[in-house]
Amino acid sequence: MSGSGIERQSLSTPRYEYGGDDHVFVELSESMSFTANFKAQAITKEVRARDIPGIIEVAPSNASYLLHFDPEVVHPDTLIDRLRDIEAGIDLTAYTWEARVLDVPVLYDDPWTRETLMQFRERHQDPEATDLEYSARINGFSGPEEFIEAHAGAPHMVTMVGFVPGLPWTFQMVPRDQQIEVPKYVQPRTETPSRAVGFGGAFTAIYSVPGAGGYQLFGRTPVEVLDVDQQLSAFADSMVLPNPGDIINFRRVDREEYDRIRDAVEANDYEYNIGHIDFEPEEFFEHPSEYTDRITEVLD
Amino acid sequence: MLRIVEPGLSTTVQDTGRYGHYHIGMPPSGAVDQYAHRVANFLVGNEADAATLELTYTGPEVVFEEEGLVAVCGADMDPSLDGEPVPTWTAVRVAAGQTLSFEFATEGARAYLAVDGGIDTEPVMGSRATYTLIGVGGHEGRELEAGDELPTGATEADGLEGNSVDAAHVPDYGAETSIRVVMGLCDYRLTEDGKETLLDTEWTVSNEADRVGYRLDADVDIQGLFVEREQPFGAGTDLTNVVDLGYPVGSIQMAGQPIVLMRDAVTGGGYATVGTVISPDRSTLAQGRSHETVTFEPVSVEEALTAREDWTARLDRLREELLG
Repeated sequence: MSGSGIERQSLSTPRYEYGGDDHVFVELSESMSFTANFKAQAITKEVRARDIPGIIEVAPSNASYLLHFDPEVVHPDTLIDRLRDIEAGIDLTAYTWEARVLDVPVLYDDPWTRETLMQFRERHQDPEATDLEYSARINGFSGPEEFIEAHAGAPHMVTMVGFVPGLPWTFQMVPRDQQIEVPKYVQPRTETPSRAVGFGGAFTAIYSVPGAGGYQLFGRTPVEVLDVDQQLSAFADSMVLPNPGDIINFRRVDREEYDRIRDAVEANDYEYNIGHIDFEPEEFFEHPSEYTDRITEVLD
Repeated sequence: MLRIVEPGLSTTVQDTGRYGHYHIGMPPSGAVDQYAHRVANFLVGNEADAATLELTYTGPEVVFEEEGLVAVCGADMDPSLDGEPVPTWTAVRVAAGQTLSFEFATEGARAYLAVDGGIDTEPVMGSRATYTLIGVGGHEGRELEAGDELPTGATEADGLEGNSVDAAHVPDYGAETSIRVVMGLCDYRLTEDGKETLLDTEWTVSNEADRVGYRLDADVDIQGLFVEREQPFGAGTDLTNVVDLGYPVGSIQMAGQPIVLMRDAVTGGGYATVGTVISPDRSTLAQGRSHETVTFEPVSVEEALTAREDWTARLDRLREELLG
């Protein structure tokens, strides 16, 4: 598979939309791609850097971005003109950033998400199978084992944070033909354990808090992505760990290691394994497999 | 200091909101009816961003440990002081040891209790607004409970007692509300007939209508409003799904039914949003009660901006009159 690169997408003209009198929503693409996501990140970074008066919130998302502004300070059309300007000046081939690489241990097919998913079988496409069995089958894998190997086999880029505080959407760093795709539940669950690792559309999410959810449940991580009281050392600067542009390496662990890490996290004594890499999209697009191997090597 | 004797149905500390953290998934929170919240503050000599108590349907029973000035604006919950009725939309003097209590709201859903000096809980990330989902802000990040004690700020609100708001500035919370909407966002996902249906339908406020979202009911097949298509990569299989994106506060999300997102809403997700309630009308909607009727009135962005200017100018005038 090392020969296959990631195709750059040619995006259509962005769609600028008013969100009432105080938001502008910009859709860069209707479909998900690294090109669209990196463009959303590059534009929102530039919007922040320009410090445009009246802007209150800047939120990049998977293939779009959202701004909240004070219309008494800036007219939405003035703002959209400036956004078009920024868009025209973005050179994605020159866009690089220092990415954090986060080790996220996962106990796949854990007892907690399994109990939850069994409770909500009647809301699922395939009540006779587990979420892992179903997702493996529709993606052409022989079974959960092979499927888990693929999911944990290459790192995932954080392409959006939200829904609730700290929840990352991640997009696996493989060519399109190797991307996993699964539908969401037919009807959302009313319960999901916190730290569940779920999948919907083309995204893996880590549920930062317990609550409703529609993603297929694959496992659970012992580590937190949200620490409101900022007790864990990795949360010294923010109550939320993942940021767009970070890279997550889902690492399969057994129950013994899960319990050991969980004990340390609960004692506020867990040191996250975090590496850094100067991320170069062009190199990643050219040789994704070799490049993601290098990414995981920066973790101890 | 205020002491909570009975908490009411859902009482939280709120202000004008917590901003700058939407990109990590943190909604603004704050009073869902910003008009009533702000007027209540002005009446007792506070600025707009002082914290008030947001009361839902049934207010609390509150004892005042010190003398002070209070005002109740918003839904009519028949407040009384030691059993004597007190007027709403009016600055009322309370003596130390007196008890303020409320009945079930007869009109509107939420009232705001302002005290001079404001509710002085510790701000979190620049705001006192309560966001219960992750337990930040307000009093211990949660709805108030019996026995809670809340500090109030220092003031010298002399000469304001008896101040009230002209009847013209007291909203009428009717059972049928028209809410102005700027269509857009992902409304290209709706057919022309679908848009018409959304705008022509009388929607009923469901029992799930809270600080997170107002779910609206009607006998409408939501899937049937959407344009058929082959779903783009990453969007998921359902016609109402889009590649997960950011939701504006006030946007209408089509998740099996229209849900208007309020100030504690999720910040993003994979359902198509098809329009946004204009900022002044988010306050109006927040007074809508379960089983009442809501219709959407489409407006242009220029009309929305004018409505916002009028709303701001009106509050500025009230502030000027009341605070000087």
